[in-house]
Amino acid sequence: MKRVYLDYAATTPLHPEVKQEMMEALEGTYGNPSSIHSFGRESRKLLDEARSEAARSIGADFSSIIFTSGATEANNLAIFGVARAHAHKGKHIITTQIEHHAVLHPMEELEKEGFEVTFLPVDESGVVSVEAVEEALRPDTIFVSIMRVNNETGMQQPIEAIGERLKEHQAIFHTDAVQAYGLEKLDVTALNVDLLSVSSHKIYGPKGIGFLYRNDDIHLAQQIFGGEQERKWRSGTENMLGIVGFKKAIELLEKEREDRMTHYQRLSEKFIAGLNELSIDYHMNGKKEEHMPNILNISFPGVEVEMFLTNLDLEGIAVSSGSACTAGSIDPSHVLKAMYGEKNDRIYNSIRFSFGIETSEEEIQFCVERISKILNRLLPNHTRG
Amino acid sequence: MIYLDNSATTKPDESVVRSYTKVATDFFANPSSIHIAGGEVEKLVSESRKQIASLLGIHEKEVFFTSGGTESNNMAIQGIAYAHQKRGNHIITSAIEHPSVLGTCQQLEREGFQVTYLPVNETGKISIDDLKNAMREETILVTLMHVNNEIGSIQPIEQVADVLKEWPAAHFHVDHVQGFGKVSLPYSHEGIDLMTISGHKIHGLKGTGLLLKRRGVTVKPLFYGGGQQDTLRPGTENPAGAVSLAKAMRLALEQQRNYPSVGSLNRTLRDRLKEIPNIQINSPDDAIANILNFSVLKFKPEVLIHALGEEGIMVSTKSACSSKQNEPSHVLLACGFDTNDTAAAIRVSMHMNQSKEDIDTFLTVLYEKIKNIEELMG
Repeated sequence: MKRVYLDYAATTPLHPEVKQEMMEALEGTYGNPSSIHSFGRESRKLLDEARSEAARSIGADFSSIIFTSGATEANNLAIFGVARAHAHKGKHIITTQIEHHAVLHPMEELEKEGFEVTFLPVDESGVVSVEAVEEALRPDTIFVSIMRVNNETGMQQPIEAIGERLKEHQAIFHTDAVQAYGLEKLDVTALNVDLLSVSSHKIYGPKGIGFLYRNDDIHLAQQIFGGEQERKWRSGTENMLGIVGFKKAIELLEKEREDRMTHYQRLSEKFIAGLNELSIDYHMNGKKEEHMPNILNISFPGVEVEMFLTNLDLEGIAVSSGSACTAGSIDPSHVLKAMYGEKNDRIYNSIRFSFGIETSEEEIQFCVERISKILNRLLPNHTRG
Repeated sequence: MIYLDNSATTKPDESVVRSYTKVATDFFANPSSIHIAGGEVEKLVSESRKQIASLLGIHEKEVFFTSGGTESNNMAIQGIAYAHQKRGNHIITSAIEHPSVLGTCQQLEREGFQVTYLPVNETGKISIDDLKNAMREETILVTLMHVNNEIGSIQPIEQVADVLKEWPAAHFHVDHVQGFGKVSLPYSHEGIDLMTISGHKIHGLKGTGLLLKRRGVTVKPLFYGGGQQDTLRPGTENPAGAVSLAKAMRLALEQQRNYPSVGSLNRTLRDRLKEIPNIQINSPDDAIANILNFSVLKFKPEVLIHALGEEGIMVSTKSACSSKQNEPSHVLLACGFDTNDTAAAIRVSMHMNQSKEDIDTFLTVLYEKIKNIEELMG
């Protein structure tokens, strides 16, 4: 059966050049970078090169990159690291209702520990307003965490403007840039952020590796104790193979970013044109402006999402209804709930299509045709009048 | 090139690497995705978990994948401490643990927990009587390493587990990083609640590891996020890492049959080192066979390590995790060696297929280098 993978926002395959690099590096990465003999020094060199590449990609200093086991750990380190190191300055934190669970759940944990967390709402297009952040700010606010691009809708958040506003405030500013990093050129100075999380497996690198950018002036409470790795911000023998693959993925991204964006733009236009051509009844969740073209979150009025997903899956099309990290369950998306409220049908009939560098226009056509076929079966009268 | 630093890290086995790349390439979907591609990958992860459980004779729900030994040790120690602090705030460990255990315990002390650091005797072992005397009603955790990473001393884990059976409120965590694949433990012993295993010490990949957690034992997670691994260890799983770890563990248990021949290499090392003047063996006689720690008195170990390195022989001073510090080894100090000796320690650590020739070459080169340096120093 022909299989079409349109779930690149959940994870991406290894880029062939990343795989190649990892295979070739295996001999060189087998030393422990903390060992003082030549094997250790070779690994140390690879580690330093990867750190430079990661830092350069976001306009940061070499010493500001902390490699972690992935973005969940990076987000947790940012959140607990700031909260526990800065609690003496206040216990108020601001985030949004549309964050990834790797931000929302640590925040809920902090609430149990006595912190007060404001979860800002978003408008119907899924964007938080700078004014809402301003209004929520208090003298005792110590931390603001807002994602750059939402993983379900592809909607970009006004991080620069929020960061600008926070310059005069004590609050430390973190952005979860997991989805954004593979799309737009990010610069920590332009974004005005102190902390920024990135994951490798969303940019055609291996799973199990990510980094947290930390502005050198920001103190974090250490979360994992042990050896002196990552200048003690994150102990544990470094995942060398993962780091080497991650570095290659970053290099490729830097080289191809604009082409990739053009590609995604073309694919999403093709997708929308296809839906229109076949007179499929749909609504885009989000809006055209501030939207990243690799993700289309689309509501199909009248369908029941679980049934629809199963049918697409049987036709060979892998997509999702929301974040993969809700693990197995199809609970209504917290992101769509924040946009449309608890009662709107859209939270029960929306699908996320996300495109990658290997996605072809032919696959888009195939997908659109199958959507039409399935809808004709599930909802015989679904087409627009 | 002769690599004798296998306690710091090992060369990944070729078949382990092949498993890793195959899964990373052919099964890349997110195991939490509900589509068929995600389901296939999820199956690989759960198969790996089952294989590991069956290798150890434990239940698959007791296997948690982590990013390595340091994370597993932190998850066990912080996890028990924070989840059970209402019942008590006392923790027992030993003076010779790995920095990931000592560092975590010291942090808990700063937060108000009370930590007893059991002493060790000159052979690097705790005493069961000391443990019994240290136990209190408020003791919620005992965390001990099975095999010491610097001198190879083996702790009486089963005896400790027997003692702790009588203390239901006290959990027992074993750092099994250096022992796995060399000396087995009774993995299903009811007195053992948690255990750490690392992939890169057994010819697996860096960034892979396990925490084994007995069912019914509550730990507070280190991270919060998605629903992965019963929400105890959220974050997108590393399926290629999981499959490669299961493979590395199976191979390590098979290779354990070579342990006796590593034992005879260890005896050769000891016998021939004793013939060199000014060498003192620091590893106890009953240490694990693959680790031998010794001092060349009056020599800075860095000088010898570099001299050996020039001939392509890799050994180390102490643990890689603390080898940047120019301080004497906390392990040798705890064993009662004086600081002149401890500062000069060299660790040879073998893998399970180390050849006799490697050891002979090492000894010959070491002998020459010592002689050369002595002549230079007049």
